[in-house]
Amino acid sequence: MGAIYRREMGSFFSSSIAYVFLAVFYLFSGYFFYLATIKSSSADISGMFSSLFLVLVFLIPILTMKLFSEEKKQKTDQGLLTAPVSLASIVLGKYFAAMTLYTIAVSVVFIHGIILSFFGSIAWGSLVSNWLALILLGFAFTSVGLFISSLTENQVVSAVASFVVLMLFYMIDVISGLINIEFIQKILSSLSFYTRYYEFTCGIFNMASVLFFVSVAVIFNFLTVRVFEKRRWS
Amino acid sequence: MIEVKNLTKNYGTRQAVKGISFEVNDGEILGLLGPNGAGKSTTMNMLTGYISSTSGTAEINGVDILDNPIKAKSYIGYLPEIPPLYVDMTVKSYLNFIYDLKKCKLPRKQHISDVCSLCRITDVYDRLIKNLSKGYRQRVGLAQALINNPPILILDEPTVGLDPKQILEIRTLIKKLGRNHTVIISSHILSEIQAVCDRVIVINKGTVQADGTIEELSKAVTGENKVVVRVDGPRADVLQALRLIPDVKSVEAVMERENGLFDYEVEGKENDDIRIAVNDVIKEHGWNIMMMSIGTMNLEDIFLKITMGEDVVRTPDSPSENKKGGDK
Repeated sequence: MGAIYRREMGSFFSSSIAYVFLAVFYLFSGYFFYLATIKSSSADISGMFSSLFLVLVFLIPILTMKLFSEEKKQKTDQGLLTAPVSLASIVLGKYFAAMTLYTIAVSVVFIHGIILSFFGSIAWGSLVSNWLALILLGFAFTSVGLFISSLTENQVVSAVASFVVLMLFYMIDVISGLINIEFIQKILSSLSFYTRYYEFTCGIFNMASVLFFVSVAVIFNFLTVRVFEKRRWS
Repeated sequence: MIEVKNLTKNYGTRQAVKGISFEVNDGEILGLLGPNGAGKSTTMNMLTGYISSTSGTAEINGVDILDNPIKAKSYIGYLPEIPPLYVDMTVKSYLNFIYDLKKCKLPRKQHISDVCSLCRITDVYDRLIKNLSKGYRQRVGLAQALINNPPILILDEPTVGLDPKQILEIRTLIKKLGRNHTVIISSHILSEIQAVCDRVIVINKGTVQADGTIEELSKAVTGENKVVVRVDGPRADVLQALRLIPDVKSVEAVMERENGLFDYEVEGKENDDIRIAVNDVIKEHGWNIMMMSIGTMNLEDIFLKITMGEDVVRTPDSPSENKKGGDK
């Protein structure tokens, strides 16, 4: 796992992906930070976080698009799959590399907090909880992106498909509003990523939501391992 | 020691490998020979655990590749048909990655530099793989297979895309490696197998067609009492004339070797020497014998004979098939 993690980190930074990802994320988070706090003379940073959800829907696919699809295209997966390592450690090595880069990106909110602290007192507890919400959301989204990347050989297909799936997650609330059957509404709203994420941005720490995001990550990473297992067996 | 029993692979309804069985002993250099699409790479991919078999087993040093893949894979160094190189890495970082990936315990610097000098890639050690020529990439691919010094090397067409000098170098290297490794190489190039391998397995259409040393194969295909004769007469007439010789059991036109000259394989009854009789008959008709040989065929003939199927070679009125044989 360590070898794959280190290689993947190196690859992020030797290709342009890490820089594009970080730059775009910093740009948007900076802009929303400016809108939510400095422009409206408020110390409440949570407005920024609710806007970042949609940014991540666009950005996470860029982070994950090539993780497996490129390996398949260049046939380098053959090297990994015939090396004496388990499938889980291949998948997790890549997953944690993506999560590391993601964590570097979202940790910029602490710099925002420091900037804000010059203008007044800020609720660090709420900031940390919001940061945690971003991390949890990233856990889930990255695993989805990684899974989709393992299904295709084409980076663009991988990115677009991940984007569509994440967008669907984003729109679950809208979809459930359109369906007038109560139990389907109930199921959909309990699957809503945004509602759970929004709770965090309001400062509510809900253990069920933490478990929800972690479960999504575990399930999709498990599915990714199964994809390779299946390819081996089919 | 590799033991393969009834290995089968289906891709949907297409059967790529149909029940292949063979053994490779320690220290042996085995050649898998077969035309393109014969199932060589599929077999190798199953041996190395890249894909699973539909049925049958493959054991590496007694460890089943599907039951205990991690242990079995640790015995193998694999160079696939397309070397699994990360082109955005330097040779140095790539080999270090492979070193970590294989959890190698040998002294890192020493081991990697040994492998590099063995594969002659020391001079490109700090360059990006994407800027290397095909020959160098192939050698970096070989180097990654050698990392951690695995007892078994499986090399899928290791000399494809190399220039003649590099091919010779790689062959010498493989022979050298064969002294303390078990090596399986695949190729559709006959001279390569002949130059390097102790033993040959001919694969065609997913089945083992022949298994043995080159001498054994040659004997098995030709038989002791056969004569191959090249005659400049019209094919049908020559066949007819040769068949009329009383001691002759069977006659087959093998292939058109030169323009208008066919090789005929004449089999005598009960080890009789039929050369004189053949000679007389040909002279009688006013044709000339352009060449005559007993028994031994070269590897190319064996290969063609085994892989093209007897029918194809023997059908009298199929010039296209014969031409195909001639081009090979």
